[in-house]
Amino acid sequence: MFGILASIVDGVLVGSVYGLAAIGLTLIWGVMDVINLSHGAMIVAGMFGLFLVTDTLGLPAYTAIPPVLALGFLAGVLLYWIAVHRVIGRPALMSLLSTFAVNMVLIGLGTAVWGTVLFNVPVSLPGITWQGYTFTGTHMMAAFLTAVIASLLYLFLYRTRLGKAIRAVAGNREAAELSGIPTTRVLALAFGLGVALACTSGALIATLFPFTVLSGEAYQLKSFVVTVLGGLGNPGGALFGGVALGLLEGLATPFMPISWTTVIEFVVFVVVLIAFPRGLFNFGRR
Amino acid sequence: MNLFAIFRRSFFWIIVLITLAFALAPLWGNNVGLREELILAAVYITLASNLNLLIGYAGYVNFGNIVFFGLGGYFCIYLVNTHGWPLIAAALSGGVAVSLLALLFGLGILRLRGAYFALATIGVNEGVKAFVANFTPWGGATGIYISLDAFKPLGGPMQALWTIYFLLVAVMGLSLLLSYSIKTSKFGLGLLAIGQNEDAASVLGVPTPRYKAYVYSASAFLPAIAGALFFFKSAFIQPDGAFDLLLSTEAIVMVMLGGQGTVIGPALGAFLYEELRSTLLTVETFSHFQLVIAGVLLLLIVLFAPGGLMGWIHQRWPRTKRVLE
Repeated sequence: MFGILASIVDGVLVGSVYGLAAIGLTLIWGVMDVINLSHGAMIVAGMFGLFLVTDTLGLPAYTAIPPVLALGFLAGVLLYWIAVHRVIGRPALMSLLSTFAVNMVLIGLGTAVWGTVLFNVPVSLPGITWQGYTFTGTHMMAAFLTAVIASLLYLFLYRTRLGKAIRAVAGNREAAELSGIPTTRVLALAFGLGVALACTSGALIATLFPFTVLSGEAYQLKSFVVTVLGGLGNPGGALFGGVALGLLEGLATPFMPISWTTVIEFVVFVVVLIAFPRGLFNFGRR
Repeated sequence: MNLFAIFRRSFFWIIVLITLAFALAPLWGNNVGLREELILAAVYITLASNLNLLIGYAGYVNFGNIVFFGLGGYFCIYLVNTHGWPLIAAALSGGVAVSLLALLFGLGILRLRGAYFALATIGVNEGVKAFVANFTPWGGATGIYISLDAFKPLGGPMQALWTIYFLLVAVMGLSLLLSYSIKTSKFGLGLLAIGQNEDAASVLGVPTPRYKAYVYSASAFLPAIAGALFFFKSAFIQPDGAFDLLLSTEAIVMVMLGGQGTVIGPALGAFLYEELRSTLLTVETFSHFQLVIAGVLLLLIVLFAPGGLMGWIHQRWPRTKRVLE
């Protein structure tokens, strides 16, 4: 019985990191109605950011988080001007394809540089052992940092003028423009934020599991599942969605082979998408 | 409707000519190398042409279109290997089964629109892949290998490869024909209306839910048969190869490159993409950058030439619109 509980707790810890990745995806969708299909590539960029900091520079793993966050933001703003700005307001197909094209380019470059071999960043943190079950230190640290970053994001969106501008543009771009908000710059800012969150979650995931250049796809799909659970365009819901996904994984792991959990995830994904397109955790929004 | 009217259209004969050219070109001097190149081109043209029914006509992006191809392959290989069915019967049943399955899925996920639908199609592909990887009758993650005995009814492996080639070229020709006959039909007109503005189409009497489910199902049939033939030719099938999301999105690149919404465009795009890909793969410096180049190409098309090649040709020489659909 306690084993199941331990598995659930661990699932929730890891799930919150998926939630962080999904917040980035859902923020971009909410503000500009663009599904960022280069999200997975950005997660991988964060993973390799962590790898470069620890392996090449020899610094401790968690010092990588601030530079990854900052560089991710810059990369996101740049990407907005290159690939997204021209497709804003065009049919969904166009933005899906342009961000997917970016994904292809980045994955192609990554494969050319690093190949598709497995990378591992060893991080040693003491865990907590309780009744014979060990809660890994890295899992707890990742969940803690996720909570910190999510809170900072909340403060930014709800307590600063710039955050207010982002929410205004998400609500109604034309009205925001009429009230004197430079909407284009706000869109670029929001895209940068979304990408920064993807990179950061990638760096955190890399402290937990080994990864390859191609890992992004799996985490991008997880982000979709989480986003859909939380309701597209709803950052708060995404965090709940991540925790729910982690709960599901943790709950399923003791009862069935790990490969079946993927099947369940996608069944849940498609069913929720069809039956509850606004998500399961869309509190107080209509 | 006059059944023979189609024979009087010049575009019908263009399709026949393309198909004949594909079938006859490698026979010249028994050119096996060319045949292997064209077999891939025929598969790509089938995939792109059927994907275009959904993207180009109805305006729905199907990111998981490869699920039809993979499932068709699995149905066929399973029937051939475990139940000893002849290839053609197995491939056709694969096509019918996948089409019916698509109709069922379509009724559910086609209630979604735009980006939501695109996400759901990715979910369907990944869900099916994960399911097949766990499904023991289909060999789970290791897949199914077929023995060389399966090629005997077709006159041994050498002869079988030619037979499969001609069958695939026929499937390719039928794909173009399907695309053309849908585009020129009332059904196609309804789909194009859905692509322009679904609500307006619905108000004007287009039965949108039914039409969307039909076209989703129709776009599954020929790719499933192509998958059946393709994986029979490779003599093995496994989940990662069958439900490759990358090939799925490459098919979208082909459609966009040639020009979505036209009949000949996706085929042209698929052919050019295949040629580009094989050239890049053989040049040492570029072999790692195939994805990068495809990505840059796609980005440039999306940003600067959303009509693709055919869009450009039609704009440059407006008269070609009358001949090249």
